[in-house]
Amino acid sequence: MSFMPYVAPEQLMKDRSEYAHKGIARGRSVIGLEYTDGLLFIAENPSATLHKISEIYDQIAFAGVGKYSEFEELRIAGIRLADLRGYQYGREDVKARDLANAYSQALSTIFTQQMKPYEVEILVGEVDGEVDGAGIYHVLFDGSVSDEQGFVAMGGHAEELTDALRDRYERGWGLDTAVRTAVQVLGTTPETREISADQLEAAVVDRTRRQRRKFRRLQPAEVSAALAG
Amino acid sequence: MTDRIELPLAGTPFGASPSFLDLVRREHPDAVPPGGGDAPFAVPHGTTVLGLKFVGGIVMAGDRRATAGNIIADSKMRKVFAADDYSAIAIAGAAGQAADLVKLFQLELEHYEKITGDRLSLEGKANRLAQMIRSNFPMALQGLVVVPMFGGFDERKNEGRIFYYDATGGRWEEDDYQTTGSGGQPAKNSLKKRWRPGLTADEALRVAMEALIDAAEDDAATGGPDIARKIWPIAVRVTADGAADVPEDEVIAAVDAVVRERESPS
Repeated sequence: MSFMPYVAPEQLMKDRSEYAHKGIARGRSVIGLEYTDGLLFIAENPSATLHKISEIYDQIAFAGVGKYSEFEELRIAGIRLADLRGYQYGREDVKARDLANAYSQALSTIFTQQMKPYEVEILVGEVDGEVDGAGIYHVLFDGSVSDEQGFVAMGGHAEELTDALRDRYERGWGLDTAVRTAVQVLGTTPETREISADQLEAAVVDRTRRQRRKFRRLQPAEVSAALAG
Repeated sequence: MTDRIELPLAGTPFGASPSFLDLVRREHPDAVPPGGGDAPFAVPHGTTVLGLKFVGGIVMAGDRRATAGNIIADSKMRKVFAADDYSAIAIAGAAGQAADLVKLFQLELEHYEKITGDRLSLEGKANRLAQMIRSNFPMALQGLVVVPMFGGFDERKNEGRIFYYDATGGRWEEDDYQTTGSGGQPAKNSLKKRWRPGLTADEALRVAMEALIDAAEDDAATGGPDIARKIWPIAVRVTADGAADVPEDEVIAAVDAVVRERESPS
């Protein structure tokens, strides 16, 4: 048996939490917000193929910041859970709240029981097919989960971004306004700059979409048009 | 099925399996059709489906009848489905088995697309379906045979393609048209006379309806269009724009045209 020196639980949690924070702060941010037709997730991401944002189920999208391998693992686990639930019960029984709870449980266990916590934060967003409403759940590396109203920012400079969004966010934005404002906000920190469409990854869960699957990636041309708009 | 795509590397899994079927077999083996069972009793069987190519795509169509022995078990059964955005599947054979297979296949394609971020190639979809039919083979030996047809728009080759299968999972590609099910032979004879290269989408629909009507005339288990009760064949069309049900008014118009041509002049 190896000898473990005593570390106070407070200290242990504090160290882990600092470690996770540092890892997340190194990466870029993701903004999620509600617009008239649903939810927009948008991130600064120079890669067109290594996604931070993706589809989980018919009306549910996922976004992750921090360590790619870790949020990718969470994304795949989410798709598996959703597809299994939908197959065993019904497609309408797959809910974002259920997924957010599963993520919360898993991250909380990892945070307390594993050598190293996950350096990730994730968003699980959902639109309702008929009702004019959407939900965004924000899950942190330690499993704490919050239900966000209207907008949320996570990642490197989440606090500044959230403040900026709070000043500017209004309900009832069209998609173009939502994209333009989110990109302007992303460009305020850490230094003020203009972000071009090819540096952005954006996707929506659009309740007006005719198809069963409401998730759609915005093409660079669409993002450019919205920015120019 | 043993073809796990997960491979161990240094003791940890290497690569996430994009297969829904593998996942559900591993996590909930009771939720998928078993690979064996009791001797069959009379279960509903779906009958005639067909698929043909036209310029820029394919159309697949099926009648609506299911029979159990000499009983008509269902007169409104659907046997042709969009499998994903660019492909369609049509099934003849044991109806319960067939419905399960379609549902699993649709999920398999969607799951793959979400996990990997890419749609499977049409070739890949056709191969996956062959493996799924092969796993139903023990049931087929007991009479619960499922024989699907698969077709779609190949985005890489920029053309429509059709594949057909046998109960063992054998897979062949078809150049022009194919039929399966109890009324498959009369339907095929009809297509042989009517199909030609260079059909338009509308002509292809008309040819498909004519073949189904011919099948219904010669095969007791195939249901023809029921004009009195307004039961029409179902057709799915796949082109570069995607897979979609052919609207009912188009189907009715095509059926009407065939029926009118056959009315004796008076």
